[in-house]
Amino acid sequence: MSGINLRHNPRTSRWMNILFHTFNNAFLLLAMLITLYPVLNTVAISFNDGTDALRGGISIWPRVFSLESYRGVLADEFVFSAFQVSVARTLLQTALNLLLTSMLAYALSRREYVLRKFITTVFVLTMYVNAGLIPNYLLISRTLGLSRSFWVYIVPTMISCFNMIVIRTYILNLPDALVESARIDGAGELRVFWQIIAPLCLPVMATVSLFVAVGAWNSWFDTHLYNAGRPSLHTLQYLLKMKLATTQASSNMAMQTTTALAARAPTTPVTIRAAITVISALPIMLVYPFLQKYFVVGLSIGSVKG
Amino acid sequence: MDRTRKLTGRPGRGFLRTLWDQRQLALMSVPMLLYVLLFSYAPLWGWITAFMSYKPAVPLFDNPWVGLRNFSWLFSRQEFLLAIRNTFAMSVINLVFNTVSAIGLAVLLNEVASRRYKRTVQTVTYLPHFLSWVIVVGLAQNAFATDGVVNQVLLSLGLIRQPLFFLGEGRYFWWLAGIIHMWKEAGWNSIIYLSSMSAIDPALYEAAEIDGAGRLRKIMHITLPGIKSTFVILLIMNIGMLVSGTNDGNFDIPYLMGQNLLIDWSQTIDIFVLKYGISQGQYGRATAAGIFKSLVSIFLLFSANRIARRLDEPTLL
Repeated sequence: MSGINLRHNPRTSRWMNILFHTFNNAFLLLAMLITLYPVLNTVAISFNDGTDALRGGISIWPRVFSLESYRGVLADEFVFSAFQVSVARTLLQTALNLLLTSMLAYALSRREYVLRKFITTVFVLTMYVNAGLIPNYLLISRTLGLSRSFWVYIVPTMISCFNMIVIRTYILNLPDALVESARIDGAGELRVFWQIIAPLCLPVMATVSLFVAVGAWNSWFDTHLYNAGRPSLHTLQYLLKMKLATTQASSNMAMQTTTALAARAPTTPVTIRAAITVISALPIMLVYPFLQKYFVVGLSIGSVKG
Repeated sequence: MDRTRKLTGRPGRGFLRTLWDQRQLALMSVPMLLYVLLFSYAPLWGWITAFMSYKPAVPLFDNPWVGLRNFSWLFSRQEFLLAIRNTFAMSVINLVFNTVSAIGLAVLLNEVASRRYKRTVQTVTYLPHFLSWVIVVGLAQNAFATDGVVNQVLLSLGLIRQPLFFLGEGRYFWWLAGIIHMWKEAGWNSIIYLSSMSAIDPALYEAAEIDGAGRLRKIMHITLPGIKSTFVILLIMNIGMLVSGTNDGNFDIPYLMGQNLLIDWSQTIDIFVLKYGISQGQYGRATAAGIFKSLVSIFLLFSANRIARRLDEPTLL
């Protein structure tokens, strides 16, 4: 109905267009605001004086600027150790996972490989069937004795099926002739993979390493389950999780406020928590915008062929 | 040349001979096969403890068999029934919120003329996906506190007269979890819809324009039908993984945000398992609860697969 009107009245149509775009852009602006506000609020609190922050009402800019929270956090040996553990586990887990997953993906991309179907099915089924928390816990902590060790971060997460499928699909889309000609030149499979396929897979590898690294950096539950009793193996996220619990518990703010006001403390649990939040989010925030163009490749392959 | 033929395998050659010829490929995959058998399949053996009164210190088969008593114990407990309800409620709310927000955002982004603006919005809305659940829950607790920004906005808009106690009242919990989940993942989930929109033939839009269709009409008649198959595939996949999703906040939000006060609304099956299994050492009962969850998710998976076959969409299995 209105379509007919519009066809005969280009001016209305233009006006509608402008209206549409205004609303559209305004709505997206609102979406950005809703996304950013809580983050900027925390950044502001982390740079604010502790006692002053307890008065509340800080929005996205610190009211009484102070670096004390960061000074306190960076001098805290627990934070420093947790940072080291987080970095170590993220680097090692990403490197190992990428190597093993892409090797497997290559082998399972070879159509002539006799075990291809069997191994692929075994892996795909793991995405849907899971033994559950307790049997996994008993395997890892009792049978394998991995709890209270750094290796519990690495060993159970060496291969990811979803990422394997993403990489395999990417390899399957490469021209077959590449592999064939290398074989005629006498190259073995390992060399074909390492010298020809792996370099061509860089875009998908970038996506997958980001997925793995983000997962590794952000995980807290394995620490909670296996390494809670060993503070030297706590990760940043776990530290933050504990701070979350303690600030929540001492939520009778009134008492906190009076003690802090009396002491004129430059830092409070709230500003400290904000500072740790910023520090633990920063590494990924600095990296992901540069890998943005690769996400689409990885995601669209993975979800359609998964 | 002979080498290639050998590697590709000749008909009539024995399986083992071919495998020997392909030993480098086997080297790149069989260790991983053993790995996954150990870490994903061996634990299935632990399911038998659900039929025992199990104590880890005792050798496995010295534990007394109890038949289905662990299961009947579960279903006689109000707490477990509530956990089932909460798991389903939160999963369904998440699924609906996530799908609608992702499609909505993708449609709006697709209409943006300026590439730079579009990219900026994308970068910003992807950001929360990269924050950990611990951080996100912390941010949410600030935002939804009685003096938090959400209450301030609602008060200043005159929608409420007194601040709402979002974090302390059970009836808000599922919706709060859904909103937080949506805040974190809407941007990320929109990627897949945007990429399927970019595959729509631009000629369709041009033809519609000649016919005088406005923006809204083009969205209704071209964009949305164009992403229908992506929508259906993702919906089927998500139904298949409705309760089995482990890393999608169905555990993290309720575990990190739920307090004792809220437990009737926040406790999911996973948290129930964790509480009875790890904290209280009732392994048999907790494993039984885990098995129940796995059975439900297998049922959902097969149902989703059947629907997919009916609709001629690619199946999951």
